[in-house]
Amino acid sequence: MTALLSVRGLSVSSGPLELVRDVSFDVDAGERVGLIGESGSGKSLTALAVMGLLGEGLSASGSVRLGDEELLAASELRQCELRGDAIAMVFQEPMSALNPTRRIGDQVGETLRIHRHLSRKAAERAAVDLLARVEFTEPERYARMYPHELSGGQRQRAMIASAIACDPGVILADEPTTALDVTVQRRVLELLDRLVDEEGCALLLIAHDLAVVSEVCDRVITMYGGRVVESGSVSQIINEPRHPYTQALLATSKALSVSESSLGSQLPSIPGTVPSAGHFPHGCPFQDRCDRRVEACQVMPEMVETGRRALACWNPVVGATPSSGGEAA
Amino acid sequence: MSADESQPSPHRLPPRGEARGRLASSLRGAVSALLPLARRLATMVVALFGASVLVFVVLNVLPGSPAQVILGTQATPAAVRQLTAQLGLNKPLVSQYFDWMGGLVHGNFGISYISHQSIGGQIGQALTVTGPLVLFALLIGLIIGLPLGLAGALRNGRVSGSFIGAMSQLGMAVPSVVAGLLLIVVLTVKLHVFPTSGFPGWSDPWQALRALVLPSFSLGMVEGAIMSRYVRASILEQLRSDYLRTARSKGLRVGQALRRHGFRNAAIPLVTVVGLELASLVVGAIVVENVFSLPGLGLLLLDSVNNRDLITVQDIAMLVATTVLVLNLLVDLSYRLLDPRLKGTA
Repeated sequence: MTALLSVRGLSVSSGPLELVRDVSFDVDAGERVGLIGESGSGKSLTALAVMGLLGEGLSASGSVRLGDEELLAASELRQCELRGDAIAMVFQEPMSALNPTRRIGDQVGETLRIHRHLSRKAAERAAVDLLARVEFTEPERYARMYPHELSGGQRQRAMIASAIACDPGVILADEPTTALDVTVQRRVLELLDRLVDEEGCALLLIAHDLAVVSEVCDRVITMYGGRVVESGSVSQIINEPRHPYTQALLATSKALSVSESSLGSQLPSIPGTVPSAGHFPHGCPFQDRCDRRVEACQVMPEMVETGRRALACWNPVVGATPSSGGEAA
Repeated sequence: MSADESQPSPHRLPPRGEARGRLASSLRGAVSALLPLARRLATMVVALFGASVLVFVVLNVLPGSPAQVILGTQATPAAVRQLTAQLGLNKPLVSQYFDWMGGLVHGNFGISYISHQSIGGQIGQALTVTGPLVLFALLIGLIIGLPLGLAGALRNGRVSGSFIGAMSQLGMAVPSVVAGLLLIVVLTVKLHVFPTSGFPGWSDPWQALRALVLPSFSLGMVEGAIMSRYVRASILEQLRSDYLRTARSKGLRVGQALRRHGFRNAAIPLVTVVGLELASLVVGAIVVENVFSLPGLGLLLLDSVNNRDLITVQDIAMLVATTVLVLNLLVDLSYRLLDPRLKGTA
């Protein structure tokens, strides 16, 4: 079976600086894949490169295939035909991602006007239906409002409505709940989960929180320093992470979920900070912060695939269950 | 779950269902729309009062008596005193101020000491030159500045973009007086396309327009260069905005996304600039009118200053101040039309 979205050797560079290096992964039709990693590990850039929406000064190389079309080589016109129709994106910050001077209904229905050539009236009606699908209780009223009149959760639901408008095959969601109140995050996540299920579309969910990903996704890809360092099924990654970085991420995530009972004790975190772009060490990007570092880490390890699991580490965690959680602190 | 559904600003939303509630809310809407306007108007009146006091005091404190100027340097002190009394210039300053303001409030600009003509008539005559001049200059500025700025933004980072940037820098560096003189040299002295100076009056509209072409261009080109910088910056900001990226993620090409989502937002800061530019054009017109000997407000102002024709100078100063304040008011009001976030705010 060929994957719906197939990324091979994708690199994103800003001049001589490689911000994303040799990233490869597949997303099958209807599959939900989580992309995790700290800020600065290249997750968002990867998604933007897939969409063909990299900012000025950034360029992508490698291969991004959607179905049997090569996106990176496609003309801008062809990419525009696919964007919003076959592949859609939900952004992190729903306030700035919506145009402050246009009504919600107008912005939600716009995708249909572009790709289905609906009239303004028809697009408005469709937008109201879409808003109802993303659980707005009075969609007609909200369709006439401006973004600033909505709450953060409402704005993000409107963004999701606009993303599903044309029944895309893949939705890329870049930290869709990060900017929201904690009370609303779960609801937006559940909504996304349900809609992806109903539409049968594939989802690439970017998050820095493993808990978010494990709730929604089938498979997890860990990125660090612009590289994919590990991938596998959710249960594999959660129960037996093999890359020290994944393990550390998991430990912080678990610690957060039990932090209420352990108030007063210090929250575990991954030692050190993510270096700024261009300052990652040669070889494995994580070696400076890794407690399993060996001599070989000065050379970048090859990605080794075993079944649907892949790992790039010279000294992987073996057989350990990170149940203790505090190990990485 | 209900936390998400709750409104961040419930007072702005009409209560649903009941007709009575709807009426009350639309009344409230009208009040909330008019209240800021009333507040602005009140501020404007206060500002105008302040300006009038300032203009009056400054001009009356400055040395040089109108009577002395009228009678010349040979006049006896007695004759000067007599004329001063005759002109009412020996009255207390406060009562002179109220005489002047009382007239202005009723639309009476007063009579010139020098020409003994109605100042209102003179100013009105001058405005038939300065008004079109400023308007044409603004139009030329927009015609040059908008496309140039847009092109500069779209070609940002490329050679052609840098070229446009350099051109507009050059345009800004050249004062309108120099631009005017250059235009005169090339287009009138060498090519005889346009009249050098003077104004034939509007009885012959074609000749009048021809006389205004060069002055408008020398004013408008510089404004266009300045405008293009602002347009470029504003459009670049839009191109880098998150919502433009969202628009592109829906399948719009850059140009389409800019047209549908960028222009209106880009216009918000530009309206301010156009307002300020218009004010600076009025000032610039004073200089350019002198270069081209156009009988406009600038020439009238300069003559009046030379003749110590204080009331005319005061009147013109007040006219310019009022124009600037009204322009600012219009700018503020246009924000409300462009930006839905400002509805009902002060």
